[in-house]
Amino acid sequence: MMKDTSVKEKLFGQKVRSGIVNGIIYVILAVLGILWVLPIVYLLYTAFRVTPSTGIIYDVIPPDLELGFGNFVRLFNETMFPTWLGNTVLVAVCSCALTTLFILMVSYAFSRMRFKLRKPLMNVMLVLGMFPGFMSMIAVYFILKAMGLTNSLFALILVYSGGAALSYYICKGFFDTLPRSLEEAAILDGANQWTIFWRVTIPLAKPIIVYTVLTSFISPWCDFIFVNTIINDATKYTVALGLYRLINAEKSSFSENFTVFCAGATIVGGLITALFLSMQKYYVEGVSSGAVK
Amino acid sequence: MDITTNETRPQAAAGRAREGLIVRAGRKVKEFFLGIAHGSLATKLSCLFMGSGQMMRGQYIKGALYLLIEVLFVLYMVFFGGRYLGFLFSGDLGTRLGTETWDEVTQSFVYTQGDNSFLILLYGVVSIIVLCLFITVWCMNVSGNIRNDKICNIAGIAPPQSYTDALGRIVPGVASASLSENSICVQGGRIKLTLAGDVGGVLEIGGERHAVEEIEAGVTRFGALLVTAVETTEEGTMYELYRDENVFSREYLQYPVYLYTKDGALAAAAFLRECGRVSTFREDCKQYVNKKFYVPLLVVPLIGLLVFTVMPLIFMILIAFTNYDYEHTPPGALFDWVGFANFAKIFSIGGGGSNFLLVFLRVLAWTFIWAIFATFTNYFFGMILALMINKKGIKLKMLWRTMFVIAIAVPQFVTLLLMQKILDADGILNVILGLTGDNKILWLGDSSNWAIIPRVTIIVVNMWIGIPYTILMCSGILMNIPPEMYEAARLDGANPFQIFRNIVLPYMLHVTAPYLITQFVGNINNFNVIWLLSGGGPVDNINYGGGSKAQATDLLVTWLYRLTTDVNPQYNLASVIGIIIFVISAALSLITFNRSKANKNEEDYQ
Repeated sequence: MMKDTSVKEKLFGQKVRSGIVNGIIYVILAVLGILWVLPIVYLLYTAFRVTPSTGIIYDVIPPDLELGFGNFVRLFNETMFPTWLGNTVLVAVCSCALTTLFILMVSYAFSRMRFKLRKPLMNVMLVLGMFPGFMSMIAVYFILKAMGLTNSLFALILVYSGGAALSYYICKGFFDTLPRSLEEAAILDGANQWTIFWRVTIPLAKPIIVYTVLTSFISPWCDFIFVNTIINDATKYTVALGLYRLINAEKSSFSENFTVFCAGATIVGGLITALFLSMQKYYVEGVSSGAVK
Repeated sequence: MDITTNETRPQAAAGRAREGLIVRAGRKVKEFFLGIAHGSLATKLSCLFMGSGQMMRGQYIKGALYLLIEVLFVLYMVFFGGRYLGFLFSGDLGTRLGTETWDEVTQSFVYTQGDNSFLILLYGVVSIIVLCLFITVWCMNVSGNIRNDKICNIAGIAPPQSYTDALGRIVPGVASASLSENSICVQGGRIKLTLAGDVGGVLEIGGERHAVEEIEAGVTRFGALLVTAVETTEEGTMYELYRDENVFSREYLQYPVYLYTKDGALAAAAFLRECGRVSTFREDCKQYVNKKFYVPLLVVPLIGLLVFTVMPLIFMILIAFTNYDYEHTPPGALFDWVGFANFAKIFSIGGGGSNFLLVFLRVLAWTFIWAIFATFTNYFFGMILALMINKKGIKLKMLWRTMFVIAIAVPQFVTLLLMQKILDADGILNVILGLTGDNKILWLGDSSNWAIIPRVTIIVVNMWIGIPYTILMCSGILMNIPPEMYEAARLDGANPFQIFRNIVLPYMLHVTAPYLITQFVGNINNFNVIWLLSGGGPVDNINYGGGSKAQATDLLVTWLYRLTTDVNPQYNLASVIGIIIFVISAALSLITFNRSKANKNEEDYQ
């Protein structure tokens, strides 16, 4: 009997202890989670704050606070945001299609085929990927100029997908894990490499394709440095550059545009968040299957 | 003995693999030129007129394509590229400036186009690349012909273990001891039989027999084979066998070759096999969706890479050796080669009133401090958070994860610009903290004490951005740790901290080492976070001095960017910094890449 109660007490003690530990963890998670969400809440709050319209406020909730959709109306009427949005969608769709295709092709060649130049090429591409991209930006600009392509969205698509092959690594890692026996079976059935690529490997590579599509679709929404160099015409801006220019004309001083910027950022952020959350499962799969072994 | 039996062949292959890269390349080059020297007329002609050799052998489309490439190349060089190549190798990037002269006749200024150093360098690089590509195609063309030569002559020998001779006797393989003084070797697509001593009797090829004396007198025909005795030495007579080029056969031919002594005993035996015939265009195309599928797969992406990565890179590397800056900007002025002067400037102390070395070392030091902190804070805190979220007994996992992961979904430039405004002197953070007037904290602009406040702020903001990624990545891997390991540790009485230190951490470090190094290199080049938050600022007198333009929180990359986008750009120095960044990241990445298990055992998972 004595022994039984002591065991019970011990178990009870353990429960209490783990309850306390869990309690602490809940508190930490809650505090940090709020910290992580707060800037986003601030973004939304500013986007819907019609007055005061500057970024400078002297109270967290100012006395003349007025919420509404005014900033969104201004964004669409007073800035070229709709054009920028259209531009970005166009560039993102085209460059994402090309990039994904390129990455799949390069990864398949490096993962499934064996040829003399394979290792040297892989190493050269690894080294190439290590040069900081904008070191060569001015040269890219002049090459595009020589081709008569500056100030065009087509140039952006070319630049974004031109370097795509360099990020083959994650996708190749994924292809490496696919079993070879499937291919061998297909070869016995008389398939050539073309058929294997389209009919065997691509259908199996769904997670990594979604991952690649997602990352390459998102990158034009976020890049403003290349756009900044290549494009001077405000009607050809993408959202990133447009919004950047909106508030960065006068650095670190708030302007009327700040709330409008937040409205634009909310739209862009909302779009990407929706996309991201719907694809989260594949994204995680892609990251953990290819990047890490 | 040049003949290798089936058993020794794998060993020979292994031996070849052990050969150094240079030796192998040397042998390739030697074979290539021997191939031309010993080659047929078709090969020799195609060295000059690409594709002619292919056309002579009936590969009309292939030949025409090669010829077209040659014509285009010549046209390019004559009308465009040659001029720039000339400039590039003359050692001057242009000599004439554009001038305006008053023309009395038309009563106007006439502008004479001068040289433009920038375009000379750019088009020079383009032309060099075009030249390299052409040389590659030329080599493909010639080696295609050499391959055809070998096919049209007798291409190979495959000595079987044994074969039946004309009289129905089973003859042992060529390598057997009794035949060892006689040898057969392949050279430049021709086959030489070396026969020891005076064995001369009857030579039999493919069932046809001719007396050796007859062969020694001239050329003897054995079907589509022509045989001559070329050289008689003390060791024996060398016979050259080659395919009669006038006889084209669609069949693959195989010839057992026997040499009998005068008294009818077998002196040497070999087996000649014709490898095939020249491939048709259709067959070549079929190869490209099968064995050579990698060519169509790689060609377009690699061209993209060449135009938008390689070419600009070579160009910018060359810029590092010129004086291309705001004082030498075409078309108003020319720039020129200056050798290593820019490197000397970056590493100079005091020269010309500048302390570039000091500035450079400070930027470099901050780059590394930043990269270390940015990488490891994200990694460890992210991992701990992932552990907490995934701990048994914690509810609402999905909610916690989403709260953090939402941060990834918002584009980085949005969060960073937003953070910049939040952290502004007039931003909401100071309002929340109730700081006004002189008490305001300049989160990103305080340059006192080595700008410690902006530096810490940036690292903290970076945690906000980076930790969700780590959580996402770690969650997957943590679930892969075998539960027995935890169980065993708990039974041994380990506390959670010990479990973390002795089980989780080693496992994670082992699995994610490549990720960690990639992150580190990524942080060395983390342009966005620095540029959008602090813009590299605040301006700090020590760094800014001497025209270096570097500011307190500048990384090497943002410094590079500022040098090129400044009102007074210094492209030359920016390129030097770019090269330095490259050396650092390349060294780090190559070490990881070569050591990582993923690279060595890429077939482990198949």
